[in-house]
Amino acid sequence: MNAPVYTNLVLRHSYFEATARSRVAAVLDAGSFREFLPPEVAQPSPHLAILDIPGAFDDGVIIGSAALGGKPVLVIAQEGQFMGGAVGEIHGAKIVGLLRRAALEKPAAVLFMVDSGGVRLHEANAGLIAISEIMRAVLDTRAAGVPVLALVGGSCGAFGGMGIVSRLCSAIIMSEEGRLALSGPEVIETVAGVEEFDSKDRALVWRVTGGKHRYLTGDCAELVEDDAAGFRQGAIDLLAGWNEPVPSSAGLRAEQERLSRRRQRFAGMRDGLEVWAALGVPDPRQVSLIDRDSLVALKKGLPA
Amino acid sequence: MTLNEILDSLFPAGHDVAVAGQLVAGTAQTARGTVAVLGTTDAAAIGHDIALGLAGRILDIVDQHPGRAIVFLVDTKGQVLSRAEELLCLNGSLAHLARCVDLARRQGHVSIALVTGEAVSGGFLSFGLMADKTYALADAQVRVMDLKAMARVTKIAHERLVELAGSSPTFAPGAENYLRMGAIEAIWDTPSAALLEAALAGQAAAGAAVDGRMRAGLARQGRRLAADTVSAVLAA
Repeated sequence: MNAPVYTNLVLRHSYFEATARSRVAAVLDAGSFREFLPPEVAQPSPHLAILDIPGAFDDGVIIGSAALGGKPVLVIAQEGQFMGGAVGEIHGAKIVGLLRRAALEKPAAVLFMVDSGGVRLHEANAGLIAISEIMRAVLDTRAAGVPVLALVGGSCGAFGGMGIVSRLCSAIIMSEEGRLALSGPEVIETVAGVEEFDSKDRALVWRVTGGKHRYLTGDCAELVEDDAAGFRQGAIDLLAGWNEPVPSSAGLRAEQERLSRRRQRFAGMRDGLEVWAALGVPDPRQVSLIDRDSLVALKKGLPA
Repeated sequence: MTLNEILDSLFPAGHDVAVAGQLVAGTAQTARGTVAVLGTTDAAAIGHDIALGLAGRILDIVDQHPGRAIVFLVDTKGQVLSRAEELLCLNGSLAHLARCVDLARRQGHVSIALVTGEAVSGGFLSFGLMADKTYALADAQVRVMDLKAMARVTKIAHERLVELAGSSPTFAPGAENYLRMGAIEAIWDTPSAALLEAALAGQAAAGAAVDGRMRAGLARQGRRLAADTVSAVLAA
C-alpha cells in the first residue's frame, strides 16, 4: 500500500546533494556528454599544491559538449564538493575556454551549472581576474547569439563573483534550495554583526537569497523541483522558442527602470516576508511551506 | 591625494565633475576632445544606488554622446555588506552595471579605468575590470582580501602566506601582482594627462577591444596556465 510513496522517494535524486558529474549525466541526454580536458589529460592546480592542499584533476569544474532534447549544447558544471566550487586559475580558464568555444561553434545553448562561493581565496587574484574574464566571455557568447542558461541549485549556491556571473546569463533556473546573492550571510555576519544577518538562521537565509524569493521578485526566470529532471525540463522549456536579444541601450534601459522602481518600492525592507507582502501575496508565511507548483500558480495570480 | 588633485593632474585642460555622495560623474577635456568621467571616491562600498547611478549615466552617454570615451575612476572597498541590499539581489545590480560598461564597448566607446585608491572584489569587478584597459596609481590597493583575513579563512599560517607572496603573484594583495597577471595594464607613478591620453589613443587605435588579459598574464609570466588552458579547450 505504501509502495508508490516509497518508489517515489527512491527515484527522487536531489540536485542539491548530487555531484557535478551526476548532474551532468542526469540533466543532459543519456550518454551524450563528451568531456573536454578530462582528468586523464588535465593537471591539478599548482597553486593549491604549493599550499599542501590536495588538488583535483578537473580543478572543480567539468566542461564539455552534450545534447539536450536532441539539440547540441555546451556544458559547464561546477563541483561544489571541491573547494566550495570556488574559482581559481585553471577552473576559471576552463570556463572561459568553453564560453569562447560556444561563441565560435554556436551550439543551441550553454548550460552553466553554477555551484560556487565565488573566488577561491588560495588563488585570490587569479580567481578574481578569471571571474572578470568569465563575465566578459558570457556577454560575448550571448552577443554571438548563443543563450547561456545558469542552473542554480547546488549546495554552495551562487555567491560572490559567481552571483554576478549568474545574473549576466540569459536566464537563471533555480530550485527552492538554490541560493543566489553577492556576499554570503557568513561574511555579512562576520563584518556587520549577527543583528545584521544571522547566518545560522536557515529560514531567514532562504527568505533573503533562496529560489522562491528570487522567483517571486523576477531575479530567476524559472523555479524547478530539486532534482535533475526538474532542471532538465526547465532548460528545455526555456530554450523552446528562446530568442537571444541583441545587446541594446533600449534593453538595458528597461532593466534600469525595473531595478530603480523596485529599489524604491521595497526600500527599507530586510526580509522576504515584507517583500512578498508588498508584492500582494495574501499570506507571506505560506510561501516557505507550499510546493513548487503552488508557488508558480501563486506568482501567476499576483497583481502586475 | 584628493580627488580634485587627481582630476587636475589628469585633465589640466579642464574638467566639470561633480561628486554626489561617493559617486563621481562629469566630463573633462583632453587633447582627444571631451571625455566622460565616471566612478567612485573615498573607498565607496558599492550598493544598488551607486551601481544604478553609474549604470544610468553610462546609458545616457551611449544614447546622447555616441563614441565619447569614458574614463572610470575606481576607489571602492567592495560591495555593501547588508541584508537589505542582498534581499534585492545586489549581484543583479552589479551585473547590470557590468552589462552597461560592456554595451558601451560594443557601441564603440573606448573605456579606460584608473584605480586611484582601493579596488576590491565585487566593486572592482562591476566596472573597473570591465573597462577596455585598467591602470592603477602607484599607491593603489588592489585586493580580494588582506593576508591576515585570508590566513584566518584558509587556516594557513600568516607567516607562510607572507613568505609565498614573495614568489607568487597569485593571491597576495597589490597592484603589481595584478600587473604581472595581466589585469592591470600599467602602474602610473602619478596621475598624468600624458599617460591618460596615450592610453586613450592606444585603445582607440586598437579598435574593438578583445579581452587580452590572459595573453598579457602569460607574456609577463604572472599567469602561466590560463591562456594555454583556453587553447586546449578550443582544440579539444
